[in-house]
Amino acid sequence: MAQTEAEHEAPLTAVHHLEYAYRRSVGPVLGRFLAALAERRIEGIRTARGRVLVPPAEYDPDTGDANPDDFVTVGPSGTVTSWTWVSKPRAKQPLQHPFAYALVKLDGADTPLLHAVDAIDESRMRTGMRVRPRWRSEPKGEIGDITCFEPEA
Amino acid sequence: MELVKSITTPVVLDYDYITGRAQSRFLRGIAEGRILGQRCVECKRVYVPSRGACPRCAVRTEEEIQVSDKGTVTTFCIVRVPSENLAFNPPYACAAVLLDGANIPFMHVLQECALEDVRMGMRVQAVWVPKDQLGPTMSSIRYFKPIAEPDAEYDTYKEHL
Repeated sequence: MAQTEAEHEAPLTAVHHLEYAYRRSVGPVLGRFLAALAERRIEGIRTARGRVLVPPAEYDPDTGDANPDDFVTVGPSGTVTSWTWVSKPRAKQPLQHPFAYALVKLDGADTPLLHAVDAIDESRMRTGMRVRPRWRSEPKGEIGDITCFEPEA
Repeated sequence: MELVKSITTPVVLDYDYITGRAQSRFLRGIAEGRILGQRCVECKRVYVPSRGACPRCAVRTEEEIQVSDKGTVTTFCIVRVPSENLAFNPPYACAAVLLDGANIPFMHVLQECALEDVRMGMRVQAVWVPKDQLGPTMSSIRYFKPIAEPDAEYDTYKEHL
């Protein structure tokens, strides 16, 4: 015999909050990158072949060799090389209004950095646009010390 | 410049969990201090808690059965690694308990028992919260504790490991 919904009590529901509070060690190279952010500088590392990686890596992805201890300050402005629009940001995302996730190649760098761009409206976004960092008022030595990038002028 | 050594990278997921009908009936039974299972009409196995169907026979389970809050430890492990939001302080024992009348074991925590005494086959019983605190949640059963009954023979639970 078919049972109708009314013959059942409504199913129970509960709010389920799942959170992993991971703490990860960053190593000496990213550790220096983050420490520089706290001083409002963006540092990359120069590989033996002369490419500047931002964020810096311990090893050269082209050769697998350990990178020399050759840190260079880049930016702070850069050029958007690719982007995607986030129309409904989630709670832990960098901005709580619509924004772009973008790859930003900072001046002096050879690789792009992924970060948020606060363009207010998607129509302002384009590949090749110039952006500059907006710094958090109280730096903590995290990538979030750059609140986001914003269009220049 | 002092290097940054580590960063926190939290992962957060917020769900609205809907139990479904079968588990809702089970949890409403728990709120009355009763442990309800469902018996498969074909293989006669009793599932606790039931998901509303028999995974072996692929038929809906309709017949509701109250099982005992006493049972047998089939397997167990000792939790020694602390983490946030644990209800008990490690080390403690987590056990699969085959309730009398059920055909699948049920995971819960053991207390009132020295860790070195926990063993397969030991007889245990649920310790409930006071009646006025019962609710449709597994925390209505605080834990299981050993009872003064002889250990179950291995053959009685070997199918349920």
